Amino acid sequence: MQDAKPYRIGAGAGYAGDRIDPAIDLAERGELDALVFECLAERTIALAQLQRAHDPQAGYDPMLKARMRAVLPACVRNGVTVITNMGAANPIAAGQAVLDVARELGLPRLRVAVVTGDDVLPWMQANDVPLIDSPHSVRSLDGRLISANAYLGADALLPALQADVNVIITGRVADPALFLAPLMVHFGWAADDWHRLGQGLLVGHLLECAAQVSGGYLADPGHVDVPDLHRVGFPLAEVSADGRAVITKLPGTGGRVDRLSCTAQLLYEVEDPAQYLQADVVGDFSRVRFTQLEPDRVQAQGASGHARPDHLKATLGYRDGFIGEGQISYAGPGARARGELALSILRHRLQDATLSHSLVGLEHRAELIGVNAMHGPRLGADREPYEVRVRLAVRCATRAQAEAVGQEVEALYLNGPAGGGGVTQSVREVIAAASALVPRSAVQPRCCILEGSP
Amino acid sequence: MSMNAAPGRPEQARAPLGGGADHDVTSVGARTLRDIALARSGDKGNRATLSVVALDPKDYPELERLLTAERVQAHFAGVVHGPVQRYTLPDLAAVHFVMFDALGGGVTRSLALDAHGKTLSAAVLDLPL
Repeated sequence: MQDAKPYRIGAGAGYAGDRIDPAIDLAERGELDALVFECLAERTIALAQLQRAHDPQAGYDPMLKARMRAVLPACVRNGVTVITNMGAANPIAAGQAVLDVARELGLPRLRVAVVTGDDVLPWMQANDVPLIDSPHSVRSLDGRLISANAYLGADALLPALQADVNVIITGRVADPALFLAPLMVHFGWAADDWHRLGQGLLVGHLLECAAQVSGGYLADPGHVDVPDLHRVGFPLAEVSADGRAVITKLPGTGGRVDRLSCTAQLLYEVEDPAQYLQADVVGDFSRVRFTQLEPDRVQAQGASGHARPDHLKATLGYRDGFIGEGQISYAGPGARARGELALSILRHRLQDATLSHSLVGLEHRAELIGVNAMHGPRLGADREPYEVRVRLAVRCATRAQAEAVGQEVEALYLNGPAGGGGVTQSVREVIAAASALVPRSAVQPRCCILEGSP
Repeated sequence: MSMNAAPGRPEQARAPLGGGADHDVTSVGARTLRDIALARSGDKGNRATLSVVALDPKDYPELERLLTAERVQAHFAGVVHGPVQRYTLPDLAAVHFVMFDALGGGVTRSLALDAHGKTLSAAVLDLPL
């Protein structure tokens, strides 16, 4: 017997820094069953791992407490399950932090499930496997490797969902799996029902970037107009037992949900649309169709899937030197010529081995923002801008070397063309990400339940 | 290129085309891709994905005819250094591209200001119809 009532699942964040108010709105008015916050970018875990090394209680998303403070009252009141990967490198500490927030809010009976097991750093250190899209192997990162986390599938979340909790905290989980897992539990979809899992994957993929499916990142004035982006609504899906879904947003919010917003998000960061590799299923989105039912209500159907891959993908974070950068602006008549002179001066300096802080031979970009910084000289060069901004970025082995880059740009004040202003300098350590495959047998997801003590 | 290609069937332009002044240049007032389509780009490692969606589904055949993998590769010469793979999606009125070696080594280590290649989407909309 299938449940006739659709399952209502919303997106509360599409990245770590996303707006909070649209999630509160969904928690209060969405009549949701679940609200998902996807907040973990490729290298976030590596950065979080470094924080955890300094402080054993750190290493989870810095906005976790603020988000939970904002949405928990409405979520608990309305019976909405919160699911999030904000646990980052320390899901257990994140779970404790959520309990702390619950106590502050007068919700002492809150139950939190914490999903772990994505950390495969010891396995990676013990097994030399090839890196994806690289001629090198994991061994090439020896001494520089910070983190290795497998993308867990929806199966890792199933025990947590069956435990009747208010909040589920994870580390690295395949983004769409955060949405697929509650659908599997609610509708009883089997882990090898590839067709329905493909449909559920579609729902997850459409929602995982939040407003990117409801009118965000779409507007091009006069060509594609989107109303009220200052209060764009985050999306929700009404999912049926057969996997069909209606994508929509709350009445009175800004944005738009239509064929264009949904298609742009459907293909976003997908490579082969007929073979979207995910931990739970290989999705086939090539025959998806979107049907506008009403304004801001779009039915999505036609996704399917094939058997899941044997291996899980893991992201490895590693130290990769430093990038030093400096910028300076030129404006008014001749701005571009003065900017080009500044670049010419900088290029000469980069080739001068006699300088006390030699930057000779380093990989760099020297460009004019406003002319060619985005798409190179061919696509951008034929327009005369009112103002330009010189930008020099250099890959360096050491922090001291990277500091010299900004100093070179700053020296253009007294030593360069006329009228330069607004110098900025920066140095950042590069924490790069690589990928490798890990066998499922090397990954054992675990779930533990944390409960507040009244 | 084939109007009858199966959805999602990959087609590839392999040979990197030369740079120079042979790229498409739009004259003022001429109709461009921007008049009939929107675009969004994203990142996967050192690859950029680029989707172009017909604003009106009836313009899809023109999109498929215009946006060959070869033409997109030529447009991005000097920016995209590897092959360009195309997927045609008539049910979605969209064509989709994967552009290899396009992101300066990948988002996490690129020296570029737009390390994700997010702005590549707008560049393709300048192609004349």
